[in-house]
Amino acid sequence: MTKKHTDPLERVAQEMKKCVKCGACRANCPAFGTFQREPATARGKVALAQHLVKGDITLDDGTYSAMSKCLLCGSCVDKCPNQVPTDEIVIAAREALAQRRGLTTFHKAVGQVIKNRKLMNFGALAAAIFGPVFFRKVPSTSGLRLRFPMPFIGGSRHIPQIAKKPFMKRHPEIIKGEPGKPTIVFFVGCMTNFVYTEIGEATLALFRHLGCTVIIPQGQQCCGLPGMSGGDLETVRELAEQNLAAIEKHQADYVMTACATCGGALHKLYPLVIGKRNPELKARLQAVADKTVDAAVLLQKLGLHPEETGTGQRLRVTYHDPCHHRTAGIAKQPRTLLKETPGLDLVEMEGADRCCGLGGTFNVYHYESSLDINAGKSKAIIDTGADAVVTGCPGCIMQLSDGLKQAGDKTRVLHTVELLARKIRR
Amino acid sequence: MLDARTLQQLTDIVGAENIATGVQDLICYGYDATQMEFLPDAVVHPDSAEQVSKILQLANKENFPVFPRGAGSGFTGGALPKGGGVVLVTTRMNRILRIDTDNLVAEVEPGVVTEAFQMEVEKLGLFYPPDPASLKFSTLGGNVAECAGGPRAVKYGVTKDFVMGLEVVLPTGAIIRTGGETVKGVVGYDLTKLLCGSEGTLGIITKIIFKLLPYPDSKKTMLTVFDSIDGAARAVSTIIKNKIIPTTLEFMDHATLTCVERRFNLGMPESARAVLLIEVDGDRDLIEKQAGQIHKLIEPLGLVQFRVAKDAAESEELWRVRRLVSPSLRDVNPDKFNEDIVVPRSKVPDVIRRIELIQKRYDIPIVNFGHAGDGNIHVNIMIDKSVPGQLEKAHEAIKEVFQAALDLGGTMSGEHGVGLAKQPYIPLELNADQITAMKSIKAALDPNNILNPGKMLP
Repeated sequence: MTKKHTDPLERVAQEMKKCVKCGACRANCPAFGTFQREPATARGKVALAQHLVKGDITLDDGTYSAMSKCLLCGSCVDKCPNQVPTDEIVIAAREALAQRRGLTTFHKAVGQVIKNRKLMNFGALAAAIFGPVFFRKVPSTSGLRLRFPMPFIGGSRHIPQIAKKPFMKRHPEIIKGEPGKPTIVFFVGCMTNFVYTEIGEATLALFRHLGCTVIIPQGQQCCGLPGMSGGDLETVRELAEQNLAAIEKHQADYVMTACATCGGALHKLYPLVIGKRNPELKARLQAVADKTVDAAVLLQKLGLHPEETGTGQRLRVTYHDPCHHRTAGIAKQPRTLLKETPGLDLVEMEGADRCCGLGGTFNVYHYESSLDINAGKSKAIIDTGADAVVTGCPGCIMQLSDGLKQAGDKTRVLHTVELLARKIRR
Repeated sequence: MLDARTLQQLTDIVGAENIATGVQDLICYGYDATQMEFLPDAVVHPDSAEQVSKILQLANKENFPVFPRGAGSGFTGGALPKGGGVVLVTTRMNRILRIDTDNLVAEVEPGVVTEAFQMEVEKLGLFYPPDPASLKFSTLGGNVAECAGGPRAVKYGVTKDFVMGLEVVLPTGAIIRTGGETVKGVVGYDLTKLLCGSEGTLGIITKIIFKLLPYPDSKKTMLTVFDSIDGAARAVSTIIKNKIIPTTLEFMDHATLTCVERRFNLGMPESARAVLLIEVDGDRDLIEKQAGQIHKLIEPLGLVQFRVAKDAAESEELWRVRRLVSPSLRDVNPDKFNEDIVVPRSKVPDVIRRIELIQKRYDIPIVNFGHAGDGNIHVNIMIDKSVPGQLEKAHEAIKEVFQAALDLGGTMSGEHGVGLAKQPYIPLELNADQITAMKSIKAALDPNNILNPGKMLP
């Protein structure tokens, strides 16, 4: 094994030593819950990573497969008595494997798409290139189906439509607010820009309502997390640098995201993963990270008046915690907003903080298992009898919608900001 | 090494998707919480007693060892495949077969996770008290094989006190039932008790019949802080002498408190030298009265703080102090040996004093906490394995800790078992005749020594 290949793992070798293989990670790991085999647990992956560092296991399909069985949800880190950062270790292992074996065709395609805004702006074109690549890799008999939101892939799957006009194309870069009110950089994210544009519109409406100046940097790209999922750290670094430059162009009080995943990237993963690899970037990444805040948290902080946000309807809602919120300690704020909104009854589901099964590209590689995890989630939602499930991540919205549709259920899936902005937008 | 023909026969028994020989699986079924690692030759996941029986029959015929394993969360290496062979994982056998509310018994398969079982019985207003720290992930089969304990043992006892009967595959492949579902039953030897805590050396458990209790009406949690270890220890005996048996009496020594405080800054009083976390359960009026009595009884014993939880959330907050112990310890040193000695509860201060002397003599940090109510102390010897000589010192210190427990009328393991980790020390506690008797039992049941060989007995 060459030095280069072991680098990413050597960077986390000390962290691996913290794992005492006690097995606590078996309790909450959604991947272990569905695969029921030890290599899918956090401690299993740490053990394999330790052997990779020693260079005494071959980087064959078995290791790649074990490392792919992780949603990077961070539940193992939360519950680990020694706080072993298995998510970081898995990211490093995937990078090491990608360096050694090369990226998979699928992840190469993911990298190409997420790096290319022009390509993404032509959704249909992207789909045309993307679809065949994917279907070559995954034969239809495998039970896997394309999970990227492409409108022309039918079947039994619920796939959201791509918006006719991306969110960012509908708005100028700077939307002036009232003097003396905060200036907010809105990091939009791909799902909001191309698919769930109404999340972007609702977010914009709420912050304009509060008098804020909202800046939508036109140079912003995908946060890169789909690349991190496959070990393509080079793409993530490129995107992080571009996003950094786009954000730094503007003087802002906050960098705000309405996507838990993008928030996770900006707030935690950029400084942690990219910063570790690139010390010159680290301070700049950290400066942006320190300003990054989730939309629901910021709304609460800026004092959104609950009575202004009522929908005029009596709704029973339940809240799903996106993993990237849970790991950032965001749980109370969105719930408080929902509780204070007139007409809303918040009921808790069982395991609200359990992963929905999307897990970046996990759901592509392990579609059956992703469905299995999602089915548990759907059941928990349906059991509450709620009219709508509310969450703070467009990725979760796609996954939850799919699960509920497949379960034949009509519970609506909404982003927190959509629910809050109803009255204001009317 | 297993030959191709044997592997094929194993595959025929469990099905191709339930046998693994890839190096990744071998690594992942070769460790537990001891930090030891041994690679097996194959890992099998049977789903019935019949499959287990066929595997053991094959093992006798082809002469390969079989290592039963649940969640692999043991602290003594009881499930590790030392020397290679087949790891037999019981987690596919994970059904709760029935919960009989008329007779207060339940029948389960060994792979059921302990907490999952507790939650199911609690839905019916019933109670399965054993609560090892690993309850969220350890399996009931593993709990029985190791005779797991936990904080509630002071009032309710340990796993074996709730096992009424078993279905077991003996090392030769015979499937037998032991015990039954009746409270009384005295026909033949009590094989149920023999198998509880036998660490997978005498048979593989495939079904368990548990006794259940009514779920206690309510509980009350108290966090009590003392200015001396003696005060805390005397509090334990005073409470019990006054005929109050709390559900838990968890104890943390000064070294433990220092670790927790340094890491989490809980604001313990300056004078805090020991903490007792006390919980009582039962009828609401009774526990109110008991909490008051406890306060009065322990007040003169150097009590510097007494906090009572008003509700479940506050109770969880008090328990947090205890739960933070484990993550705090690594700040002392990166490697730890977690031993679980037991002494009669009145001897807890004596054993702590002996341990303090051992700590000074070897100059290694030792942190003590655990279940004071039943005298079961977790002695954590904290070392840095990368420092030359520390590992050797730790082994010497451990031996002296065991000797201290034995001198005070105790035992060297209350709930972790012997496995590989404590095997070298067995002659400290058991004499030659005892060991011979135990070896005769093993030889009678496992003539070819194929089931979990090399464990427990020297």
